[in-house]
Amino acid sequence: MNWTWFYRMGSPLWFYQSTSRWLPLLSLVTLALLVAGLAWGLGFAPEDAKQGNSFRIIYLHVPASFLALAGYFLMATAGAIGLIWKMKLSYIVMKCAAPIGAALTFLALFTGAVWGKPTWGSYWVWDARITSMLILLFLYFGVLALQYAFHSKEAGNKASAVLALVGTVNIPIIYKSVDWWFTLHQPSTIKLTSAPSMHSDMFQPLLVMILAFYFFYALALILAVRVEILKRESKTTWVRELVEQAGRQKMGAKR
Amino acid sequence: MPESNRGFSAYVKRDLLLAYRRRGEVASPIIFFVMVATLIPLGITPEADSLKELAPGIIWVMALLATLLSAEGLFVSDYKDGSLEQLLISPNLLVMPIFGKVTAHWITTGLPLTLASPLIGLMLSLPSVAYLPMMAGLALGTGCLSFLAAIGAALTVSLQKGSLLLTLIVMPLYMPIIIFGSAVMQYSIDGMAWSGPLAILGAMLTAAIALCPLAIAAVLRLITIN
Amino acid sequence: MVNSSLLTVNDLRFERDDIPVINDACLTLNDGEILQIEGPNGSGKTTLLRILTTALQPSGGEILYQGQILSECRFDYLSNILFLGHQSALKLTLTAEENLSWTTSVLLGSVSVVNALERVGLRGYSDIPCHSLSAGQQRRVALARLLLSNAKIWFLDEPFAALDGQGVQFVEQCMVRHVTGGGAVMLTTHQPIGMESVRRYSLINSSVGEALDA
Repeated sequence: MNWTWFYRMGSPLWFYQSTSRWLPLLSLVTLALLVAGLAWGLGFAPEDAKQGNSFRIIYLHVPASFLALAGYFLMATAGAIGLIWKMKLSYIVMKCAAPIGAALTFLALFTGAVWGKPTWGSYWVWDARITSMLILLFLYFGVLALQYAFHSKEAGNKASAVLALVGTVNIPIIYKSVDWWFTLHQPSTIKLTSAPSMHSDMFQPLLVMILAFYFFYALALILAVRVEILKRESKTTWVRELVEQAGRQKMGAKR
Repeated sequence: MPESNRGFSAYVKRDLLLAYRRRGEVASPIIFFVMVATLIPLGITPEADSLKELAPGIIWVMALLATLLSAEGLFVSDYKDGSLEQLLISPNLLVMPIFGKVTAHWITTGLPLTLASPLIGLMLSLPSVAYLPMMAGLALGTGCLSFLAAIGAALTVSLQKGSLLLTLIVMPLYMPIIIFGSAVMQYSIDGMAWSGPLAILGAMLTAAIALCPLAIAAVLRLITIN
Repeated sequence: MVNSSLLTVNDLRFERDDIPVINDACLTLNDGEILQIEGPNGSGKTTLLRILTTALQPSGGEILYQGQILSECRFDYLSNILFLGHQSALKLTLTAEENLSWTTSVLLGSVSVVNALERVGLRGYSDIPCHSLSAGQQRRVALARLLLSNAKIWFLDEPFAALDGQGVQFVEQCMVRHVTGGGAVMLTTHQPIGMESVRRYSLINSSVGEALDA
């Protein structure tokens, strides 16, 4: 099988050029989905019987949680590809995915807290999902901290990649353990609203928001990777030409 | 038949010998364990009923911290004096010395913790029915803790201020072990069969024995020599 | 039968953080040979040795041991090499004897270890923990490994560093004895070696530029 397409994908230049073509379209689609999802969910979806309007925060909370978890797996996969095929672009993707994933995890926790106050009377409640999210945030912190702790970028990349993989193996164990722990200690005051029993009118905007978040994640990741590529390849001719071109355009616009 | 210098027991013996020559250093995590456990009643309450509730959790958190404290230097001295490089270029499997090292670490940390735990249980008013489950759980759980801490130790071996980073890296991985470890004690206190959570701890230890040395060997090969 | 050298290196490359350290190095090492790796500080001499002992992975090129690619004969190759680097690999809390009996994969009888210590001038020091020895004495314990090993290829990184005249003589004698018996030595050193028939290989780091020219 011809693997050149795979190795071509590892070229930063190729990545930069192809994303330049798709970026405007991607941004448009992301924006459209976000606006549509938010408007629908926050404005038009029916009120919840028990929680009134405060349940609407799930339109941010649930997609953020999804992407936080998916983002970790993506980061670990990028790390694995970097380790196995020694592809520098893969390491760049891993490095950029970490802060984005951590921010989304934090968003999930924050929106979870905002949801918690009117629903259960407290900003923080030790339920299974929130606790798992917190542990996920710590896993992200570990990868981030390790990345920047090494003098050598290569060593930092490899260490973060291995840690991300170790974390990936542990995530199912952690989630299951926390679930089990929670059912063991379930306080009677907490009743979770379960997603499956949601009315389809409330569920559909949620699907749109989840899709919107996936696109948003892709957009944020691509933008971050492009910046990182420019930084690392700053000594190559194609980057210099790009910079000169941008400079000339700016000068032209000024006049 | 000349005795092999490269078997599992040879590595364990050597590391135990090294630990014995530094026995003051090696004893400190256990002392830490006992001392801090006695601080808890001072900080919270000496009332037996409240302590009883908290005892399983406190014991496990203390065990966790003591393991992390002692794991920092697992590979550092070998890295600094060049022994690690010699291990890397040896024709034999790298997992064997790793296995031996972690086992020796457990013998000098986890095992004494397990043996000292009834003392802590006494001080924290742990119901007597929970003593055996506590020791069984600690014996298996601290094994897992040692293996996971070794991964962190391998990742941070070439860093100067590795200690806090080690804790940050390894802590999330410890959560399942605490959950099931204290559940073993909790089950026995509530009168339920505690063999369930104990079996899960055993499964975790088995998985750790199988997988951690591979991860550690990969880390040592990829990252330490530069 | 093609005469394959003991060790053949083809187009070896090594990069550290995208900076090339070794560029297309090619060399061979044969039985009974002493090869000196020359080069200014920072030209990658230690790195080259580390790659050849497999402590580091190269970015490109191949290494052949007796005609076979290294990955296919790893066990054989690694069983037949000895590496003596800047660090002594001594455990300071162990005695000289305990340290030396560890260096071979079979527990050596204390007789051979004590003999070796005697020959490096440390008679009677076998029971002393290494932290009580001076730096020079610790170095001698490390060098005693040369007498106890039966490896075919020796990789020595700056073996003459911090040695007095006697020490230098000792190492030279060991090397000569080793190669006369069919072994091979690859070493890095700044100092000129007072021995005959030593081949030289020069590593000039291409990104650094020309060697320092006084």
